[in-house]
Amino acid sequence: MISIVVFATGLTLILIGIWGMLTHRNILRIVIAFSLIGTGTHILMVAIGYVARGTAPIIDAGLSITEAPMRAVDPIPSALAVTAIVIGLAVTAIMLALAIRLYEAKKTLSIDAFTESKW
Amino acid sequence: MIRRAGIVLAVALFGFVFASLTVHHVERQSLPPLAKRYVELVPQELGAPNVITGILLTYRALDTLGEVAVLFMVAAGVGLVLGSRARRNENAPSDTPPSSRQASEIVRTGTQILVPLIAIFAAYIITNGHLSAGGGFQGGAVAASSAILLLLADPRQQFAQHFLSSTESAAGVLFVLVGIAGLLFAGGFLDNRVLPLGQFGTFFSAGAIPLLSVLLGAKVGCELSVIIDRFRA
Repeated sequence: MISIVVFATGLTLILIGIWGMLTHRNILRIVIAFSLIGTGTHILMVAIGYVARGTAPIIDAGLSITEAPMRAVDPIPSALAVTAIVIGLAVTAIMLALAIRLYEAKKTLSIDAFTESKW
Repeated sequence: MIRRAGIVLAVALFGFVFASLTVHHVERQSLPPLAKRYVELVPQELGAPNVITGILLTYRALDTLGEVAVLFMVAAGVGLVLGSRARRNENAPSDTPPSSRQASEIVRTGTQILVPLIAIFAAYIITNGHLSAGGGFQGGAVAASSAILLLLADPRQQFAQHFLSSTESAAGVLFVLVGIAGLLFAGGFLDNRVLPLGQFGTFFSAGAIPLLSVLLGAKVGCELSVIIDRFRA
C-alpha cells in the first residue's frame, strides 16, 4: 500500500516537471523543472524497491542476519538512486554553467531570445 | 493557443500513462533472487552491516569509480564553460564598484558556529557508512554544503585551490591503488577483503570498506567544493 503512495508521488513530481519544462520560458525555471523530473525518478526507484512490510537493509539490533532476506527491502534500487542523484547533480551543474554563458551572450534568460538555435 | 493546447495534450497523455502505471503497480511480497543474494552475501562475505554500502563499495565499486570520474569531468566541464569568463572579467576595467553587499551578521556568525559542526557531521557520516545509513557520497555532499555556507557568508572567500585539487587527486589515486591491491591479494578489483574483516558490526570492520568510504568522501567533498567555487562570479 505505502509503496503505491510513494510511486504516485514520484510520478506526480515527474508530471509537474514535464509541465514546468513545457510552459516556462525562463531557463532557470526549466532547469528547476528538470531537477523535479530527476527527483521524481529517484522516488520512483525507491518505491519500486519496496517490499511489503520491509525495512532498511542494514543489519543491526532490529534486523538479524538470518531474517534479513525476508524482511529487508531491495537494496539495488537504493544503490542506484545514490548513483542517479550524483549524475543528476552533474547534469544540473552543467546546465547552470551553460545558463550563465547564455545570459552573458544575450543579457536575458528567456529562451525566446535564442531564436538562432530554433529549428 | 495551439502551443498551449499541445502542452495540455502532452501533459494529459503523460498523466494517463502514469495513472495506468500507478493503478497496475503491485507491491512486492518478497525480494527478487539477485537482491536476496546481495542481502545474504554482503554481511557474510564482506562483513558490512549496511548492504547498500557493500554493494556500492565492493560489488559495484567499479561503477562508483566511474561515477567519481563523472564528477571530475563535471568539475572540468564547468571550468571549461565558465573559465574564459573569469579571465575576461579580470582583464575588464574594474571601475565599477562591487555591487554585492556584505552578508548579514546572522549569516556570518551562524557560519562560524555551523561549519565545524557540519565538518564533524560529515566525518561521522563518512566513517559510519558501513555500519548505518551513510557513506562517502552522502558525507562528501554534506562537507561540500559547508563550502556553500562559507561562500554565502563571504562571497570573496578564497578556497585553498591547491589543497583541494591535490587532496582530490591523492584520494583518487589511493582509491585505485586499493582496488589494485584487491586484484593482487583478494578476489578481484576493489575487493574489500584485502584488510581483515574484523568483528561484525564494530567500527574497524568490513575490510577496506571504511577506507574506501573515507577516500570517496574526501574526493567527493573536494570535487563538489571545486564545482561550487567555479560558479562564483
